[in-house]
Amino acid sequence: MTNSQEPNQTTLDGGTMAVRSDSERPWIIGISKALWNKPLGFWSFFVLLIITVFAIGANWLAPYGIDDSTGLYTAAPGFSHLFGTDHLGRDVLSRTIFAGQVSLRVGFMAVALGTIVGAVAGLVSGYFGGYVDQIIQRIVDVMMSIPTILLALTVIASLGADALNVTLAIGTALAPRTARVARGSALSVKELDYITAAHALGSTPVRVMFRHVLPNAAAPLIVIASVQLGTAIITEASLSYLGLGVPLNVPTWGNMLSGAGLTYMTKAPWMAIFPGLALTTTVLALNLFGDALRDILDPKLRGSK
Amino acid sequence: MQRYLIQRLLYTFVSLVGLSILVFILLRAVPGDAAVILAGDESAMTEEDIDEIRTEMGLNDPLVVQYVRWGGGVVQGDWGISLFTSQPVLSLIWPRLPVSVELGLMAMLFAVLIAAPLGILAALQQDGFSDQVLRFISILFLALPNFWLSTMVLVLGSRWYGWVPPVGYESIFSNPWYNLQQFTIPAIVLGTSLAASLMRMMRSSMLEVMREDYIRTARAKGLVERKVVLRHMLRNSLIPVVTLFGLMAGVVIGGTVITESIFSLPGMGRLVIDTINRRDYPMVQALIMIFGFATLMINLLTDLSYAWLDPRISYSK
Repeated sequence: MTNSQEPNQTTLDGGTMAVRSDSERPWIIGISKALWNKPLGFWSFFVLLIITVFAIGANWLAPYGIDDSTGLYTAAPGFSHLFGTDHLGRDVLSRTIFAGQVSLRVGFMAVALGTIVGAVAGLVSGYFGGYVDQIIQRIVDVMMSIPTILLALTVIASLGADALNVTLAIGTALAPRTARVARGSALSVKELDYITAAHALGSTPVRVMFRHVLPNAAAPLIVIASVQLGTAIITEASLSYLGLGVPLNVPTWGNMLSGAGLTYMTKAPWMAIFPGLALTTTVLALNLFGDALRDILDPKLRGSK
Repeated sequence: MQRYLIQRLLYTFVSLVGLSILVFILLRAVPGDAAVILAGDESAMTEEDIDEIRTEMGLNDPLVVQYVRWGGGVVQGDWGISLFTSQPVLSLIWPRLPVSVELGLMAMLFAVLIAAPLGILAALQQDGFSDQVLRFISILFLALPNFWLSTMVLVLGSRWYGWVPPVGYESIFSNPWYNLQQFTIPAIVLGTSLAASLMRMMRSSMLEVMREDYIRTARAKGLVERKVVLRHMLRNSLIPVVTLFGLMAGVVIGGTVITESIFSLPGMGRLVIDTINRRDYPMVQALIMIFGFATLMINLLTDLSYAWLDPRISYSK
């Protein structure tokens, strides 16, 4: 795996990474090519693609509607109902597909929110330094002292439980970790010559931050976002399972596992097994994909597999 | 070292104050809900009556005044009164503490006992059969949601083995055997994801150390392999593992919320869910404060333990 010699990137805090600048081709093609060479990463991407297609196309791909009754109650999985039916006669496969739509949307929006807020805070913190840095870092410390799910729970306790608040809560809980990563990237480049050059040419600090510092933070931010997507989806499911997430009438993977899914666990275990499997598969694929992405984007770690 | 210690303690203190502000704002910014909850659902209460309760409870004062009053109480051990049972918050939380502590410690102990030997094994047999299998299992367990795993263990356990977790909590001191029956399975379930990530970290950290010059030197001078592994590799590869262990403390604390709810253990984690459902804000506030405090303390201890593990880090600038 060490076929290409990478220039040794020295970073200030040792934990951050910088994108290679040796290739002329667009980065997306570079990543795709590198992914092709990582079977695990490639297959996990493929699985994620399928899950996404089902989530987006749920209305067309799901054999039944969310609340359609098939007339069969707690029927075991079989050819007509691959995942069986639940206590109200609803097709579990269809509900799992629709649930994926909600779970993925909440997860994706939460990560987007966390990444934007965290990245801006982290870049400002690392780039400007001084008091700004001190204040932002203390806030980050405080937020990180509360475990993700508890921070999300606290936000929900004050806002109330619904899909939007769950998204806000999870996004808030994810932001501090992103801020740490973005700050590290900003620190590692802010003393470099090209930043000084940009200043000398009269660029405003905001322009330097977004045009020159942000691209350097892109790779680590993408990696952490891919891992956080898994965390966000599990957190949403856990919150819904505890009855403090998305309302029960909307199917999500977590909701399908709680309530009736639990009550009927011994009689119709497929009601809870399949949503759980969908959840696990998604998170597993996300973790593997994130791993592959980190290997590709971080030259420091390459070859150390 | 002393200077570092003082600086680090100061940081922890600032974080604690910040934590209290954050928790206070998050839960008190909700407009006067506490009074409405206290008034109950009875329609006999007019808006004026509720407002009177609010004034009585001090909810009409400016936020800063409320915060100082609450913070002053916290320092003096007065953490407020539960809206639900009208008892002091701390007296309700105190009996729950041992349950969560025991569960958390057992989960971490299980994780270390599993992760350390397996991580070393995987590193020593890099890319071998056991390494491949262990890596696959660890990444699978990282993806398994805690609550789903717990549910499966509960349901399949009762279905196939007739295993039902004992009801009614007994302390480990009064009835150790009963207590262990109650805690072992939940602790293992809680510890799995921690074990998985610890194992991965142990493995990669060992691999890094194995390539160092001093390992070659150790072998060259004729040390037996066991000593090379235990004395040189293991100790040097522990630092990143300890860091992760500190970070995972938060995950374990968060995990107790779910595990305690599912296995009906009367700990602080389950209390959080109950009190959020009842909108008992003083209780939620106190619980989140305690959880945050615990995490901050564990992080502090983690940082300090580096110095002990790695003599090169002396913290004296």
